[in-house]
Amino acid sequence: MAAIESHGLRKAFGTTVALDSIDLRLEEGRILGIIGPNGAGKTTALNAILGLTPHEGTLQVLGRNPWTQRDQLMRDVAFIADVAVLPRWMRVSQLLDYVAGVHPRFSRDRAQGFLAKTAIQPDAKIRHLSKGMVTQLHLALVMAIDARLLVLDEPTLGLDSLYRKQFYDSLLNDYFDRSRTIVVTTHQVEEFQDLLTDVIFMDRGRILLNSTIEEYEARYLELIVHPEQVAAARALKPIFERQLFDRGILLFDHGDRQQLGALGDVRTPSIADLFVAVVGQAPGQIGQSQGATR
Amino acid sequence: MNTPANTAPTSLGAQAIPSAAFSMTRPFYWSVQRELWENRSIYIAPLAAAAVFLIGFLISAIHLPRQMRTLSAPALHQTIMTPYDFVAGLLMLTAMAVGLFYCLDALNGERRDRSILFWKSLPVSDATAVLAKASIPFVVLPLITFAVTVAAQWIMLLLSSAVLLGNGLSAGTLWTQVHLIPMSLMLLYHLITVHVLWHAPFYGWLLLISAWARRAAFLWAVLPIIAIAFVEKIAFNTSHFATFLGDRLGGGAEAMTMPGSMPIDPGVHITLGRYLSSPGLWIGLAFTALCLAAAVQLRRQRGPL
Repeated sequence: MAAIESHGLRKAFGTTVALDSIDLRLEEGRILGIIGPNGAGKTTALNAILGLTPHEGTLQVLGRNPWTQRDQLMRDVAFIADVAVLPRWMRVSQLLDYVAGVHPRFSRDRAQGFLAKTAIQPDAKIRHLSKGMVTQLHLALVMAIDARLLVLDEPTLGLDSLYRKQFYDSLLNDYFDRSRTIVVTTHQVEEFQDLLTDVIFMDRGRILLNSTIEEYEARYLELIVHPEQVAAARALKPIFERQLFDRGILLFDHGDRQQLGALGDVRTPSIADLFVAVVGQAPGQIGQSQGATR
Repeated sequence: MNTPANTAPTSLGAQAIPSAAFSMTRPFYWSVQRELWENRSIYIAPLAAAAVFLIGFLISAIHLPRQMRTLSAPALHQTIMTPYDFVAGLLMLTAMAVGLFYCLDALNGERRDRSILFWKSLPVSDATAVLAKASIPFVVLPLITFAVTVAAQWIMLLLSSAVLLGNGLSAGTLWTQVHLIPMSLMLLYHLITVHVLWHAPFYGWLLLISAWARRAAFLWAVLPIIAIAFVEKIAFNTSHFATFLGDRLGGGAEAMTMPGSMPIDPGVHITLGRYLSSPGLWIGLAFTALCLAAAVQLRRQRGPL
């Protein structure tokens, strides 16, 4: 069964189209990264998947319609919408009591095991925790839920890079076991590039690239060449070109590895670099790209 | 991909049996518990009001021995009974004030601080969440009012008995005048018929506005009512709407006939049949149900502010 399957998924707010006919199929056991600038429609897509907003078109999450069957779906789905949403007035112990009370698949022991590795005290109020600790706490909660689908919307926004790395490390080491599905949106691509099995680029409500990492690595090549080879490399029709010091860096779609290897160093481009090539702007930039999509 | 597809239905089926019982009562219980954690004024305010009153009562009890000796029987009865009525009324007013502010914030605060995204990440339906919040004015506050009032009245009776005994007087007159158990039963009846059922539309309306308003929920709750009364006054020079609201707020009079001003006086006659057959009760409850249903839909559709 597909974890997520959609056909013609569409969502408009007034005249603004946030999701423009999205077709998507994600099998269970995958880790999907949805990458796009602010305003690309990532959060709207996640909200539709989580049943937080009605939508047009068909959408099935774990075989259910998320809008009409949300209450049942939420037993199998966990999500972190944003780091700042844990209720600030609550104590850590109350939070554990509450989640243990309402969630049939929450293991309090597991959550306490994760928390024991942090500096978070059980009687601390959430408002007195640092931003990094709140994220650790929220991650400990969701990792203690035996969910089939975990959705993370910009989970590490506002965290420094040390916490970001810890976050993804524990997600991969302590949680992911190939039977769960994880969907992450972010525009801080670097930290979690190695985690993904699938990647989607979104911009202005559309999917510009939808690929498994294997396909991605087979398809896209980055060639680093000395200036004297640039003209020859250009003849092979790169999709993007940039300069780094005196070297030319050219991106190829379906390039011939041997042919390119004769001109310079060939490697797999980073997701962030490919994003710039495909979408025409860095993933962290505010939307409204200048029509550079192709 | 075949393995998870084949195992998923069986594991879901196994989950379905305990979760059916799990699905409603436990999330509801914990949702109410959560409201009490967040809004401690629900029980602190009545306790504080009762404590302040008891201090005042203790000081005034100094005069009791003299009053027992000098006052005529009817005047003495009045003097003895007034504080018992007064503490009940004080705690009812406190609960109404707490209920008002609680309801206005109940569905608004969670959107304002974005914690609604966390609450919605858990398997608690919007209906459960809204009903848990509605249970505060409809169940929790009346029960607390009842318990604190009865406790305060027992403390008052024991305190004044101690004062009389300390002055070498008998407390017997006091105990024949004050009938705490019938008073408690009348209080419970009054709380259910008036403060829960008759006032229900107010709380329903406040919860609806709390779910709907982006900000200034208090103004949105009050201004339309004032506007309707005002327009009616200008247009027709009548004040039916204002009278109607006043009757509703002070009302529930169908539930009993009272010789005195307070519902817990002895001699009050319960008229449950008249109360249950008054259309106002059922119209009010239907309005409340509509407000709550609308609040559930609003909570479902709206995200954080």
